[in-house]
Amino acid sequence: MYKHKHITFQILFLLVLAMPLLGMAQYEIPEKPEFQTSVYDEEIKLLSPSEKSYLEDKLIRYSDSTSTQIVIAIISSTNGEYINYLGAQWGEKWGIGQADKDNGIFILLARDDRKINISTGLGTEHLLTDAMSKRIINNDIIPYFKRNDYYGGLNRATDAIFEVMTGEYQGTRQTSDDGSPIGFLFFLAIIFIIFVITISKSNGGNGGSGGHRSGSGGLLEAIILSNLGRGSYSKGSSGGFGGFGGGSSGGGFGGGFGGGSFGGGGASGGW
Amino acid sequence: MKKWLIPVIVIALIAFALYNWAVGFNNTAVTYEADAKTAWSNVESSYQRRNDLIGNLVKTVQGAADFERSTLTDVIEARAKATSTNIDVSNITPENMAQFQQAQSGLSGALSKLLVSVERYPELKANQNFLELQSQLEGTENRINVARDRYNEKVNIYDIHISKFPGTILAGWFGFEDMPRYNSDPGSENAVDVNFDF
Repeated sequence: MYKHKHITFQILFLLVLAMPLLGMAQYEIPEKPEFQTSVYDEEIKLLSPSEKSYLEDKLIRYSDSTSTQIVIAIISSTNGEYINYLGAQWGEKWGIGQADKDNGIFILLARDDRKINISTGLGTEHLLTDAMSKRIINNDIIPYFKRNDYYGGLNRATDAIFEVMTGEYQGTRQTSDDGSPIGFLFFLAIIFIIFVITISKSNGGNGGSGGHRSGSGGLLEAIILSNLGRGSYSKGSSGGFGGFGGGSSGGGFGGGFGGGSFGGGGASGGW
Repeated sequence: MKKWLIPVIVIALIAFALYNWAVGFNNTAVTYEADAKTAWSNVESSYQRRNDLIGNLVKTVQGAADFERSTLTDVIEARAKATSTNIDVSNITPENMAQFQQAQSGLSGALSKLLVSVERYPELKANQNFLELQSQLEGTENRINVARDRYNEKVNIYDIHISKFPGTILAGWFGFEDMPRYNSDPGSENAVDVNFDF
């Protein structure tokens, strides 16, 4: 008898505990996906397969050349959650953008709420400001969405974001990407010079080690040459060889999401 | 000789283990505390950003329209109060927090009144400057929400670490105290509704 009462009490207690949870109809942000790409539309399949793959390729190519990751997710509803807040937490959870640059941009489209949000990573919000995001939503996205052309709106939005981001972004890339190989090459060159000097000095005293010298010199040369090659490759991907992007597109982001951080910047709008 | 050596070794080992445990506890607590403080400074800088934006908003409103004096004065005063109420990061107490929250929610209230009365000034509503400021404000409100929640998450980790037995004994010795969470006071969650549909 006593035991029975105890169990009833426990069940009641659990129900009381669960009540606030039932009241909060929150949108559960999905776990970071295994396959990390740029367009997620599994829930409602708003875009046709060809539209999706075109957008996906376009954003992956953009990420290959600038390292800025733009991700679009399409859901039916946020379940009452404020879309700006959800977008920021989502981008943060998935870690969109590179960790050191926080250069992720997350676009969340909730079709049945008729709302769209652009969340900017901490490293992009000085270019893609809240006001700029709002302007893109109002001027470039909403007119298409009003005609039910979701693909057109998203496509136009990505173009607009590219335009906004190119203004200054190449400037920061120059220092961070091209700077380090030059420093490294300079370091190698000094070592090489010292090496050549020591070799030539010891050569003067000891003629017998000629064969050994040419062997190690060739190895060093190969290393330097391969580094030179790497340097020109990284420059090339910023615009020179357009063909390089094609290799990795369709396979998601090269290194996956980099762990970029979102502070809540961005804007949203409805149609 | 052997008689006293074994107990000494045992005591030394226990002392060493205790020392390690205490050091580990202390360092983890210090890390968590620093994380929470960083998160707090993000909260403050988000609010600071809002204060700056409100300053610009007031100027725009003043310049664009012959706006009602009392509403503007309210905002200016609330802003001055909110700007002067800051919390020293090394001294976050529940009282400080309540004071900070009160000042900020006072400003939120005054701001939402201002934004409501803007509805009566069509030329202001169409002002490009005003529109931009409004979307910046909207983003900043979101930043504040995000920063506040992240602060609470960090405080939660820290508070759990120092409140769990047996660590709680050490927390008392080392002087680690609970950090207050940022509670949204009733009615202020949706403080400023800057969603205008045009």
